[in-house]
Amino acid sequence: MLIAILVGFIFSMFLVVAGKFFRGKPAILSALIPLGLFAYFAQFIGQVSEGGVIIQSYNWVPSFGVNLGFTLDGLSLLFSLMITGIGFLVFVYTSSYLKEHQYLDRFYGYLSMFMAAMLGLVLSDNMISLFIFWELTSISSFFLIGFNNSSEASRKSAITALAVTGLGGMSLLAGALVLGSVGGSYSIVELLNSSGEIAASPFYIIIVILMFGAAFTKSAQFPFHFWLPGAMKAPTPVSTYLHSATMVKAGIYLLMRFTPVLGSTEFWNSTLLIVGAVTMVYAAIHTLFRRDLKGILAYSTIAALGILVFLIGQGTEAALLAAALFIAVHALYKATLFLVTGIIDHQTHTRDVTILRGLRKVMLPVAIAGFLAAISSAGIPPTLGFLGKELTYESTLAVIGTPLLWITLILITKIFLLHAGFVAGISPFVGKLPEKFSNTKKPGILLWLPPVILSVMGLSLGIFPGLIEPIIYPVVTAMGEDVGNEHLALWHGFNTVLWLSIATIVVGTVLYFVLKPSQRLEASAARVEFLSPKSIFSGLWHYFNKFSSLWTAFFQNGYLRNYVSTIILFLIGLSGYALYKTASFSLDLSTLSRITGYEMAVVVIMFLAILFTVFTRSRLAAVASMGVVGLAICLLFVFYSAPDLAMTQFSIDTLTVILFVLVLYRLPIYLKLSDYRTRIKDGVLSLGFGTIITILILEVLATPVDKTISQYYAENAYVLAHGKNVVNVILVDFRGSDTFMEISVLAIAAIGVFALLKLRLKETDQR
Amino acid sequence: MKTIILKTASTYLLPVLLLFSIFILLRGHYLPGGGFVGGLIASIAYVLHAFANGLSNTKNLLKFHPGFLMPVGLALAFLSGMAPLLFDMPFMTGLWYPEALPVLGVIGSALFFDIGVYLVVIGVTLTIIFTIADTI
Repeated sequence: MLIAILVGFIFSMFLVVAGKFFRGKPAILSALIPLGLFAYFAQFIGQVSEGGVIIQSYNWVPSFGVNLGFTLDGLSLLFSLMITGIGFLVFVYTSSYLKEHQYLDRFYGYLSMFMAAMLGLVLSDNMISLFIFWELTSISSFFLIGFNNSSEASRKSAITALAVTGLGGMSLLAGALVLGSVGGSYSIVELLNSSGEIAASPFYIIIVILMFGAAFTKSAQFPFHFWLPGAMKAPTPVSTYLHSATMVKAGIYLLMRFTPVLGSTEFWNSTLLIVGAVTMVYAAIHTLFRRDLKGILAYSTIAALGILVFLIGQGTEAALLAAALFIAVHALYKATLFLVTGIIDHQTHTRDVTILRGLRKVMLPVAIAGFLAAISSAGIPPTLGFLGKELTYESTLAVIGTPLLWITLILITKIFLLHAGFVAGISPFVGKLPEKFSNTKKPGILLWLPPVILSVMGLSLGIFPGLIEPIIYPVVTAMGEDVGNEHLALWHGFNTVLWLSIATIVVGTVLYFVLKPSQRLEASAARVEFLSPKSIFSGLWHYFNKFSSLWTAFFQNGYLRNYVSTIILFLIGLSGYALYKTASFSLDLSTLSRITGYEMAVVVIMFLAILFTVFTRSRLAAVASMGVVGLAICLLFVFYSAPDLAMTQFSIDTLTVILFVLVLYRLPIYLKLSDYRTRIKDGVLSLGFGTIITILILEVLATPVDKTISQYYAENAYVLAHGKNVVNVILVDFRGSDTFMEISVLAIAAIGVFALLKLRLKETDQR
Repeated sequence: MKTIILKTASTYLLPVLLLFSIFILLRGHYLPGGGFVGGLIASIAYVLHAFANGLSNTKNLLKFHPGFLMPVGLALAFLSGMAPLLFDMPFMTGLWYPEALPVLGVIGSALFFDIGVYLVVIGVTLTIIFTIADTI
């Protein structure tokens, strides 16, 4: 399974070198990857539907308890199939949608990276690796949303999405860490056994709030929903992929995955019910006020996510079954509608529903797909959407407490969603074709086939619901509920649920004919925009920026000497306080080794060089004498038998002097020394710092040293790592991860220097 | 600083210093040395060349931007850390080829890690120095 997850990452790396090849005609070949993965996951359907759970585990960082553990149960399987299946269609569609785009290869790279991250997310059993994949989806979706990076709006919405989902990621990490320490394991499977203890723990509320923070930001729940409509700036294949089946469902996945672990309390259920209900009604009302096709779809997606959260909040077996089915239903029809919108946009260059009419005459297959998706979204039999809606009503009717309130809310949502589905899927195709669209070119087969496949699936699975049962039922089993022997069916007899369905369809259809999207409606919604969470968020953002620039201007005032003084002053204060509290201030001279004449000579040289550095008036001389100090330290290292350190210090010192010379080369040769007050101040500061460091070192000498670690290294360097130079063995083997971090930091620093200097150059060029 | 003596000397010193740096890199596992120092020495070799012959000549000699070495080195170090995963061992476990090769001696994944460090250090040092030298 590790290979299946990594293949997307490998492919995107491969595109870095082979990009040119995939930019042209062969782009469609990349669709083989999701197709292959889909086939790979599909082979497990039989095994999983019989209750099997496939677990694979690889050691990663065993010392931290982080394993790459992967679980394929019903829940992961449903998501994996959606990710790869819809991924395949999106890959195919993109090859035509962004044909000849100059960065097509890049797009595929981001897309396959995203797909791989999503797969990792839904398959991870370990919470830490789950978090890593979660962040990877945020990062790769940032690149996808901001793909048109020449447009400011698109960059801005990419950053908003990253900020909101990144915030959720932090919350997930914190939640996972607390949960791991309370439950005693980072493995979700193992946590299942201790769900009782977790619920009884005083940290339970904190864990749940943190997990909710992650899920609500990712799945665009009120009041974090605003990044999702913004993300519509992305090319349509991205919107299709992110918003129908993957990214936004990650939060839903998280909630479902943790339902058996955390979902046994009133707090869990009622929070989800309320947040889900607010989100679905709020977003459903919003769909009425949009005329951009993608805007309508964005809000209807948020509403659908609200419904899912609402259903998970009910927490009953029937509700979870409804949620599982609705995930599949929504993925099928929403992906279709997005793809259809993309085709319309691609061929006519507009997405305004108030002018799009009669397009069936130029793109019949697309119109069929749109129609099927619209009726599935409306829940009209015999589509799969009808089944989804029936189950939703059925489970909502059974909610204990105030079912009347909930059923009203869900009814309103469903009616508005039906309206939105009709507006997006049907209205562009009916009526008379306007003059200006009569020359619209027919879309190619690669464009119209994917939505047709999806919409036909939505229809046929509705007629033969037995086909989807082996995928949906194990999802409920994975959440710890038993489905029983009930089968999905279109006909349940005349009952309340059916009457509710009929009411939805009738009222929704009437609404569709009465209320047409218009500029006036959109404008009226814009008037209350200042109250929306988005405006509040951007206001906060604005003040935060202001505060941080004030803060920065105070501390980062551009004078290197001030930075150094601040840092040193802070260190003196902090370590001085610590020393004052704990130090013993006793020095046993007998433990020190005898001072030799060589060492004395070196120290004298060092001392003279320092004095010369401070008092010389020539910059170059100051730099050179600093070099002398460095070399003297090298000699000390040699005396105390640390040849590795000496060698490194020597080379570093050489390079530092060269760097200084390079920088100072252009400055006037003679320094203007600062006035006496500043010099005295600096002198006091450096003497103070020197004193603190000296006390610190003496203190270290006075403390008995624990030699077990160094002995372990010395004894095992050859035995375990086949090296005789312990220093090097520590660097490349025992503490190799540290070294790796260090060289990464070095590389980042170099990139920083390069960017700072080169970017400044370009700016002057422009002037 | 274009003196004929330095210029002539640097032509011979560059390959010698580079060889020396590789020597230092390879001996690191048994004796003082290693990727970090080796990389620094190699960078000094190029910096010396740049001092004697001018930056543009050194750049021409290099053929590619030194910054390119950073991702290559990082990838090498990372892959050598990942390699044990293929044998079902934790990240960064040392792998060793059982028999000694001529000249080089016993080869292990740590060597490739060290070569990665070596490349990153050269890349970083030269990028910083060349960029600064370019800009001022």
